[in-house]
Amino acid sequence: MIKQTAAELAARIHAGEISSVDVTQAHLDRITKVDDQLNAFLHVDAEGALAAAAKVDADVAAGKPPVSPLAGVPLALKDVMTTKGVPTTCGSKTLEGWLPPYDATVTRKLREAGVPILGKTNMDEFAMGSSTENSAYGPTRNPWDTSRIPGGSGGGSSAAIASFEAPLAIGTDTGGSIRQPGAVTGTVGVKPTYGGVSRYGLVAFSSSLDQAGPCARTVLDAALLHEIIAGHDPMDSTSINAPVPNVVEAAKQGANGDLTGVKVGVVTEFSGEGYQQGVLDSFQAAVEQLRALGAEVVEISCPSFDYALPAYYLIAPSECSSNLARFDAMRYGLRVGDDGDHSAEDVMSASREAGFGAEVKRRIMIGTYALSSGYYDAYYGSAQQVRTLITRDFAAAYEQVDVLVSPTTPTTAFKIGERVDDPMAMYLADLCTIPANLAGNAAMSVPSGLADGLPVGLQIMAPALADDRMYRVAAAYESARGPVLNEIPEL
Amino acid sequence: MIAIAETLDYDEVLEHFDPVLGLEVHVELNTNTKMFCGCANVFGGEPNTHVCPTCLGLPGALPVMNARGVESAIRIGLALNCEIAPWCRFARKNYFYPDMPKNFQTSQYDEPIAFDGYLDVALDDGEVVRVGIERAHMEEDTGKSLHVGGATGRIHGAEHSLLDYNRAGVPLIEIVTKPIEGMGHRAPEVARAYVTALRELMLALGVSDVRMDQGSMRCDANISLMPKGASEFGTRTETKNVNSLRSVERAVRYEMTRQAAVLRDGGSITQETRHFQEADGSTSAGRPKETSEDYRYFPEPDLVPIAPSREWVDELRGTLPELPWERRKRIQDEWGLTDEETRDLFNTGAADLVALTVDAGAPVAEARSWWVQYLTQQANTREIELAELPITPAQVARVIALIAEGTLTHKLAREVVQGVLAGEGDPDEVIADRGLQVVSDDSALLAAVDEALAAQPDVVEKIKGGKVQAAGAIVGAVMKATKGQADAKRVRELVLERCQ
Repeated sequence: MIKQTAAELAARIHAGEISSVDVTQAHLDRITKVDDQLNAFLHVDAEGALAAAAKVDADVAAGKPPVSPLAGVPLALKDVMTTKGVPTTCGSKTLEGWLPPYDATVTRKLREAGVPILGKTNMDEFAMGSSTENSAYGPTRNPWDTSRIPGGSGGGSSAAIASFEAPLAIGTDTGGSIRQPGAVTGTVGVKPTYGGVSRYGLVAFSSSLDQAGPCARTVLDAALLHEIIAGHDPMDSTSINAPVPNVVEAAKQGANGDLTGVKVGVVTEFSGEGYQQGVLDSFQAAVEQLRALGAEVVEISCPSFDYALPAYYLIAPSECSSNLARFDAMRYGLRVGDDGDHSAEDVMSASREAGFGAEVKRRIMIGTYALSSGYYDAYYGSAQQVRTLITRDFAAAYEQVDVLVSPTTPTTAFKIGERVDDPMAMYLADLCTIPANLAGNAAMSVPSGLADGLPVGLQIMAPALADDRMYRVAAAYESARGPVLNEIPEL
Repeated sequence: MIAIAETLDYDEVLEHFDPVLGLEVHVELNTNTKMFCGCANVFGGEPNTHVCPTCLGLPGALPVMNARGVESAIRIGLALNCEIAPWCRFARKNYFYPDMPKNFQTSQYDEPIAFDGYLDVALDDGEVVRVGIERAHMEEDTGKSLHVGGATGRIHGAEHSLLDYNRAGVPLIEIVTKPIEGMGHRAPEVARAYVTALRELMLALGVSDVRMDQGSMRCDANISLMPKGASEFGTRTETKNVNSLRSVERAVRYEMTRQAAVLRDGGSITQETRHFQEADGSTSAGRPKETSEDYRYFPEPDLVPIAPSREWVDELRGTLPELPWERRKRIQDEWGLTDEETRDLFNTGAADLVALTVDAGAPVAEARSWWVQYLTQQANTREIELAELPITPAQVARVIALIAEGTLTHKLAREVVQGVLAGEGDPDEVIADRGLQVVSDDSALLAAVDEALAAQPDVVEKIKGGKVQAAGAIVGAVMKATKGQADAKRVRELVLERCQ
């Protein structure tokens, strides 16, 4: 049962063939069985998930129509989304034991859609990292090879799907944190257009880049979840007040395998040195496959993409240095040094020292420096200019083609510990994914096969609010390529 | 113990130095809800009852702009003759403080909503001074810290602190003047008059209740001195905690005399924040800043830019009420007042009250006389604002009507007003309860008159002999007997009738 797609499970639940409680319990059992090896979950909420499932079953029994196309299909939620009364740690010691008094908009929409939430998934602390090794609660392991990383920051969500602990998951993508874990675990990961999904209740890392999105094993499942969580939210000023692109329809259309009339651009900047040969081979094969499906393929140069990584590592840390200032031990979270002898300032300082991990501190320091008076123009200001150039490169490219493609990440999953002492090497994992965040465009990763026995991802990018275009291409490619996850070793 | 700083005689200060002022006034807007969330914007309340994830800075919570707050900001900008930015943004001002939930204040930095305006300010003698406005920008208020266990109520020496976030996120407009120069000895007065004028403007716009005692209007005064003839400004201090109009004037005056003493002795002024001491009118040094603050401003990514359309700004311009100085001119003309009368009317804060009293049927002269003279004295005695006196314009109008119809003498009317002020009810109730009505029943009066005449037959003879002015003695006796409640004019008439 756990190997079925979300769409299949939903159809059977809504038809009364199986119960949501049974489906939910089967996934909880799977978590109990394999999560010791993976550490994908930080918190499992069996009671909450089963209660939500029972409600769906009662509706089905009463002959009521399902409240959403995914009603009754359980899901794993990245621990960066607030859940009322359910722990939300963001992978950090500083929020250990914090029980949010409110639900994120995404959480609320999932509850309203009758989606049982199995639990909260592991992540790099405050979503800063590309391997989930920066979690204060230990790394998540890749179900393809448990000595390797599952990507990051949303390694927990992608590992949970790849290992059949959950059919669906929510991730958040600031520089690739949905797509890169998707690529290295052989799953689908989507970063919707910035503003397409509400950020209300998404604990901010970098406000102008963060975007929540679906993680799934098939393109159609991702589209179904995308439709549930997307849409304008008056609680988020940056949320787009426009109709949600019809991604489900696009996925269904794409599944017929015909890409006649679709123009695909291959980003020339994303190849060459630093790219694993197996990844490049897989990408070449994917491009050939798209051509075979009828797409017209051209090469497109986006020269400013070369500056995306350094720009990102100024903007994201700058915003994070401000966003994370609220963790001061005054109102919630870890408090250290409150012994009556120390000032509030001392307590703030000691609590932040004890509560944050090395990577978070590194980024807070970089960001604080970049925003400092006298350095602002050279760092934050210049990075924003690069951002404008990248947006222009995208706009020029999309005048010529419908979608852009590249490898999602330059290499397959690396070994746990391999890059922890080399931040620059770690940062390169997001080389291809960052431009879409800086421009606020849509992008996704879809499995493109294996290289040296490990999954590789194909990144498909689309203009803002044209998320449906990439779903169509992804679904067509998926139907031609066939499943990847059936090759995953048993845990 | 704070050492008392040496000060220089005020006149001597002005012999050697020119003062330069810069005033920063924070005005809390009276919007129904806070600037970035739906919590009620009300003063006070049980601590931490008007809070939500957004104004508490909980992880994940986001701000949403209060459109009414932006509207008020634009109206203030227009009333201050400012340019309204066609496009501007909020910015984050980053610094750590326990009563600031996010440890950044959502404010505006290099893109204020309104800039480059002025306010014409009338001084006590009627002279009008134009104060330049640098900018007016939007921001949010912080929470409040209550420091417990220390001697000063300040954070230093406190045993612990309590935090109340009810005020966190309340919309604020910060109005910053351009440097105010060349005012000489009138600098303290100009400072007070400016804040007074600004306060009246906010009231006229209806955007704030501008209660300095409750912190809904707060003034920080930047003061520096430069030697006579110099062109470069001296080092300034910023005096905070100036919580009344009178204090603004006192604080500026004190800082001038303190800085002058330091400079005269060859010292230099430390750029610092100083606290105004209400008790003795002095200022004391705040915590010295070891390094200058770097707020690391950057555009607030959680909010979208504000681009008020020309049409909207023009529409708001159309909603501006009659501004205080326009109103002053109109009232002076309509009521035919002299400059001095007009000044008294406005300086006592009586203009609105008089107008309302006139609306309630009283003649202008009487209404003005009551409010500007007797009631102003009463307010001064009680050390409250005139408008805070527990008497309404309608009640004053009633008292004036009762005098006109002869029910009350002026003396009795004051007693009635005292009764109203003491909470004894409306004028008619006070009259009934205290038995203050003028005795107009002639039979009762005649009895008193006859009694007085019988007691002073010699006076009666004089009156009968044609010495009419002698009647005063009888009238006095009657008034005494009736405890002043008789109408003296009528008593006199009766006395003369009886003596014919």
